[in-house]
Amino acid sequence: MRGDLREAARGKGIMVSICFYFQVHQPFRLRKYSVFDVGHNHHYFDEQRNEKEMRKIANKCYVPANAIILDLLKKHPEFRAAYSISGTAIEQMRLYAPEALESFRKLALTGKVEFLNETYYHSLSSIYSKTEFKTQVEKHRQMIEDEFGQTPKVFRNTELIFNNEIANTVMNMGHTAILAEGVDRILQWRSPNFIYTAATAPKLKLLLKNYRLSDDIAFRFSERSWADWPMTAPKFADWVSAANGNGHVINLFMDYETFGEHQWESTGIFDFLRALPAELLKHPHNDFVTPSEAALRFPPAGELDIHQLISWADVERDLSAWLGNKMQKSAIEQLYALEKQVLESEDERIIDDWRKLQTSDHFYYMCTKWFADGDVHKYFNPYESPYEGFIWYMNVINDIKIRLNELKIKVIA
Amino acid sequence: MKVLMFGWEFPPFSKGGLGTACHGLVKGLSGKGVNILLVLPSYDGDSQLSNVNIIAADKLKNIEVRKVKSLLAPYMTPGEYLTRYQTGDSKSKGIYGRNLFEEVDRFAAAAEEIAKSEQYDVIHAHDWLTYEAGIAAKKVSHKPLIVHVHATEFDRSGDNPNPHVYAVEKRGMEEADAIIAVSEYTKGKIVKNYGIPAEKITVVHNAIDQRPNVSYAPSKLRETDKIVLFLGRITLQKGPDYFLYAANIVSKRIPNVKFILAGTGDMEPFIIEKAVELGLADKVLFTGFLTGPDIDKAYQMADLYVMPSVSEPFGIVALEAMANGTPTLICKQSGVSEVIRNCLKADFWDVHDIAAKMISVLEHPALKETMQEEGSREVSKFSWNESSRKCEEIYARLLAARA
Repeated sequence: MRGDLREAARGKGIMVSICFYFQVHQPFRLRKYSVFDVGHNHHYFDEQRNEKEMRKIANKCYVPANAIILDLLKKHPEFRAAYSISGTAIEQMRLYAPEALESFRKLALTGKVEFLNETYYHSLSSIYSKTEFKTQVEKHRQMIEDEFGQTPKVFRNTELIFNNEIANTVMNMGHTAILAEGVDRILQWRSPNFIYTAATAPKLKLLLKNYRLSDDIAFRFSERSWADWPMTAPKFADWVSAANGNGHVINLFMDYETFGEHQWESTGIFDFLRALPAELLKHPHNDFVTPSEAALRFPPAGELDIHQLISWADVERDLSAWLGNKMQKSAIEQLYALEKQVLESEDERIIDDWRKLQTSDHFYYMCTKWFADGDVHKYFNPYESPYEGFIWYMNVINDIKIRLNELKIKVIA
Repeated sequence: MKVLMFGWEFPPFSKGGLGTACHGLVKGLSGKGVNILLVLPSYDGDSQLSNVNIIAADKLKNIEVRKVKSLLAPYMTPGEYLTRYQTGDSKSKGIYGRNLFEEVDRFAAAAEEIAKSEQYDVIHAHDWLTYEAGIAAKKVSHKPLIVHVHATEFDRSGDNPNPHVYAVEKRGMEEADAIIAVSEYTKGKIVKNYGIPAEKITVVHNAIDQRPNVSYAPSKLRETDKIVLFLGRITLQKGPDYFLYAANIVSKRIPNVKFILAGTGDMEPFIIEKAVELGLADKVLFTGFLTGPDIDKAYQMADLYVMPSVSEPFGIVALEAMANGTPTLICKQSGVSEVIRNCLKADFWDVHDIAAKMISVLEHPALKETMQEEGSREVSKFSWNESSRKCEEIYARLLAARA
């Protein structure tokens, strides 16, 4: 009977659909590659550390959270979820945590979980090289097909980086929808709880993150100084349902590490996740959608004209976490300046190393934005300081330059 | 609130961080309305200093200064004392102690006379040379004593502490009602080496005065060379030898770098000989002891300031370098590394890491510029007011415990 109510509510437009998307990503962290290593060895990545991090996150988050999601999918036929998993994360799962990859495959087999398309290397190529961007998106699409047996139609860019130009590129690549941050300065009086299009991409549906509700889970869940602590599934379900009649879709977008890593198991985050779908479904006007279903179901409520680059990072929701200081800009410019030479080398190892260096985390580690206040950036930084992050990175870039020159010499000789 | 303080002459009359710290704290306390009777060892042999702004302590409000003629100087070793004693004029020999420890006791006796005739609430003594004076004052007045540890004998002499100095330090710490350490690093040394319970020690980090930034014309040297700077006493504690060994590695990779050592000290002859031996005679330059604006000029001409100290209880110089917009590389064995982040850090003994970081700063303008910008922004938040506020809290706590 509840299903009938839902159908009726949908007809009247007072229903709200909930769209979960979880980001799964791990970078290939660099080791402390010294200036004295340059030209002597090409061993850039900290395998031990990468293995340790992947094992930890698989145990604390991917495996237990996937078990809960699988359970929820069995228990509630209406439940849906979407994931975007970077190519670098998949590669590390293959190497260090095959059971985690297997648990994602099980989710895919339910047919109710959508896998999104992104740049394979979780890169900033959308800003620096359109050809490299398309190559990485295609490589990622291929990988999703191989791993999960579905062809992704919806695109999510690294850190939800978005503007008109990216929308146009993605539309022309044949995607049906794209995810972005529901930034206040872009939306102004509008609600993130509708589908939009970008001025430059009329055929591409735009799904905007409801950052208040998303961050209630991702950031504030265990925050004891928060007025609404402790947050419970019934309380959250009420907040979501308050949008009934005033929106089509609530986009709850967050890092998957929210479950078990950013919010530890002891905070009750897994119990919350386990209880939430049933609470949401208690309201007869709620249901769940994947991003593809949302794009198909809802007409655009308007057109947004977004010239400046936006993202889901920090309070600024811009690119300053990756490209805010001179080190970051210099490092990324030198990286992309090598593009032509690297690709022409046709040396697969050099190409692979160069692409792993494109992962946005490397630039994030060089961030000095709130560094003096000892904020969240420090937590994620594997190096002693952003300055060291820059130093190791540039040493690697210089070594790649040497390898490229050696190749050239070989060709001439 | 009135404090009987055994301190040190302000820069430039006192060399090193001790005079700077005394100045900063006294000025901060003065601004908070704390009255201070400041007792200073005073020696006029060094005072032929020109081109410097002399800060007169007695011009500060709430501050009264009493100078006691003495040959004592900050961080003085027994050997340095003898040098000063023997080079003085003949009549001084009748007045001053025949060795450092006699002079410490003589200063303490003078302090006791002052302590008897004055009214005050607490006693605050800066570094070991004044601990005996503090103890003497406590004996006659029964007022609480705070000893302020700016360095320990273990910082100055490594693993070979002078047993007599150690004994004076330990007695001061034991007689004190509270101890102030300039860093967590120093607090750890006090607990470990002097057997003092941690709860008796409060950390009050040093700071830096915010002052108008004077920019000097770029040095001629900069037209042809990059410059890496060492600034401090050329003594075992400051690690000039590690600086030199790192310089040797760097100059093999980058030809046009000059390494400047600004300062004097007993290791200078060794460093000069070693530089020649390594073939660095034309790369390593010595400026002698710098004062006033010359210090800022040295920072500003440098592409990088390096503080490779073997043990640095705090290291105010690092803050001064950053305030001048100079990228800074400091040893991890320092107090200042607890409070600044926009700099590079290395173990003093890891010459390869120091060299690698020097090379990176010299080779990557973006690294240098980001360190300049973020470093000067970071130190612009430091203030002696915060340090003196913590001292005032300690005074209040001790008095409350007595009431």
